[in-house]
Amino acid sequence: MSTVVIRGEGLGKSYHRGALQQSALLRDHLSRALKSPLSIFRRPKDETFWALEDVSLEVREGEVLGLIGRNGAGKTTLLKILSRITKPTTGWAEIHGRVGSLLEVGTGFHPELTGRDNIFLNGAILGMRRAEIARKFDEIVAFAEVERFIDTPVKRYSSGMYVRLAFAVAAYMETEILLVDEVLAVGDVQFQKKCLGKMGTVAKQGRTVLLVSHNMASIQSLCSRSILLEQGHSVRDGATADIVRDYLSTFDEGNSGVVDLRSPAIPRAGKSTIFSSVEIRNGKGEVTSTFLPGDDLVFDFALDPPLVIKQPAVHIGFDDVMGRRIFSIGTPYSGVNWPVLDRPSVIRCVVPDLRLVPGKYSISICAGTVYEPWMDAILNAASFDVDAADYFGTGRVPPSELGVMLVPADWKICESVRPLNH
Amino acid sequence: MASVTTRPPDDHDLARVAPETIALPLFSAPATVRIEPPHGWLEPHLHEVWQYRELLYFFVWRDVKVRYKQTVIGIAWVVLQPLMTMGVFTLFFGRLARLPSDGLPYPVFYFAALVPWTYFSTALQSCTNVVVNNQHLVTKVYFPRLILPLSAVVSGLVDFAIGFVVLLVVTAIYGIQPTLAALWLPVLLLLAVLTALGVGLWMSALNALYRDVHYVVPFFVQFWMFASPVAYPSSLVPQRWRWLYGLNPMAGVIDGFRWALTGHGVAPGPLMLASASAVMVVLLGGLFFFQRMEGTVADRV
Repeated sequence: MSTVVIRGEGLGKSYHRGALQQSALLRDHLSRALKSPLSIFRRPKDETFWALEDVSLEVREGEVLGLIGRNGAGKTTLLKILSRITKPTTGWAEIHGRVGSLLEVGTGFHPELTGRDNIFLNGAILGMRRAEIARKFDEIVAFAEVERFIDTPVKRYSSGMYVRLAFAVAAYMETEILLVDEVLAVGDVQFQKKCLGKMGTVAKQGRTVLLVSHNMASIQSLCSRSILLEQGHSVRDGATADIVRDYLSTFDEGNSGVVDLRSPAIPRAGKSTIFSSVEIRNGKGEVTSTFLPGDDLVFDFALDPPLVIKQPAVHIGFDDVMGRRIFSIGTPYSGVNWPVLDRPSVIRCVVPDLRLVPGKYSISICAGTVYEPWMDAILNAASFDVDAADYFGTGRVPPSELGVMLVPADWKICESVRPLNH
Repeated sequence: MASVTTRPPDDHDLARVAPETIALPLFSAPATVRIEPPHGWLEPHLHEVWQYRELLYFFVWRDVKVRYKQTVIGIAWVVLQPLMTMGVFTLFFGRLARLPSDGLPYPVFYFAALVPWTYFSTALQSCTNVVVNNQHLVTKVYFPRLILPLSAVVSGLVDFAIGFVVLLVVTAIYGIQPTLAALWLPVLLLLAVLTALGVGLWMSALNALYRDVHYVVPFFVQFWMFASPVAYPSSLVPQRWRWLYGLNPMAGVIDGFRWALTGHGVAPGPLMLASASAVMVVLLGGLFFFQRMEGTVADRV
């Protein structure tokens, strides 16, 4: 039985919401104290907000533990406490071994310094000794693929090079325990695969890893055990597959096929509100949120532009339940050239012959101009299901394990040009 | 706060478990760290600061390198600033106001004071801002926060060294020879460093808590300069106030610098001991106050 390297009991972290809103200026405190001397003894009326409440956990040597939960569930707070960046309000924790925490890539990078200088600086900040960094220097540069630019100031790097270099330094930390917060989501797809591979290697080396991520695919591939946090509490602790399944099922937010998008509670990126609602219909015009492969998928968007939009464009991105982008469509790519959008309108988008494998899907939408598409952007605006069906008419129902798309293909046996065995 | 109880295996343990690992340097053995909510007054964990000493070097190196990369004049600014102040003082306090100068030529008199004073003033001000300026680090990575004010006072020493070389040149130009008393210089410099650090720790912690503190510090430092014998000799201070004046550690440092380098002026006396003790009290208090703030600074920046 391997030893317990991290143990936490009853960890809690509270913030005084009132205190945070109160002035952080000394002169305000002083003037208040002068005006009413007794008020400095009165605790300000505030709500105590518990980011983390009564969380206990045990991590054994060599385990890769996943920490999942919604935004605000307390995952980053827990990592910060275990990394000693902030102190808990209640409870205690004991850690055996050196901890390397990766809460962000490029911590401490200075734009004026060269890549070489920043490797040493960042490595030192992460806790590596100078000799250690020097020893691994070439590997780090090779991993980041920035050999040619290693002596130019980092402010000249592209954002891709920047994050590659930053991740590369962090990837070569040799601490026994690693606490990683969503940094795996950096860079392009190729680099993300490299990062995932490196994380896998790290895990196989027998180091203990605590991983926070929203990418269920990485969590499932790297972590055998996970903890689900909800509103500061630890609600599940066990095998990753079960927990991920339960977590994803909580996203069943009532698929009715009609979504009102005007509510201020809906998080939107972008500065304007253009979308009013979206309705999902099938090829017959009925409102529904369940489809079969081969159906026509019809979206009716009600748009209400707050200003005149010239060269309007609307895009839809289709994501699967793991958060992976399957495909996107947009008016510019479909050859549509509307000159102007200046009044409330309904736009209909028809996706014919839906070829998605069975599963749950969500759409992210954005509206704007051809050159500035994200004037209004809503992630996961609506969702729909695709059920299994005999799409190819072969008597066999293609399952979701095939991949993401159903693709027709032709197979036949050819007469060999030459005999196969001489 | 975390009370770090390091229990590295001793040689007997290692011999039992794996004889070949006895040679392992102990500082790489895994430590056990306990994380707890803060309670009461906490002792500063100086051994942890020692463990992170390489990081201190890197912060100083970064500050110096970035400072010189960014300015066009670069290193020259380190010297230009006190030289220009010396020029202004020579003109207004020396030539026009005819303040006494302990028998020294005005440029030497002022420059010998300005070099240590500039160190103190910049060290104190950068110390005040260092935690807030590094807030992106403080909220993302763990290291003993004490490293930050330490790096502020140490990186000022680099500038001091350059200014000191120029000071020697200036005294040589005027034909003034340093006396054997120059051996006191490191002690005086140490007092200046400790004063900057002591007051800086208080200011740094306060600034992290209340963001407007750093606006006050430049005025505070300006006032302090006039309370120190930078622009005038301390012999100008009436005898009966000399004791109060002498409690200012920088008074002793400035006087001492002049005296050590030129043989003129007031030698450091018993009053220095009093001011040095005051500095130690401020420093210790600052260390405790800073540690107390350290645990929750990540929540407030």
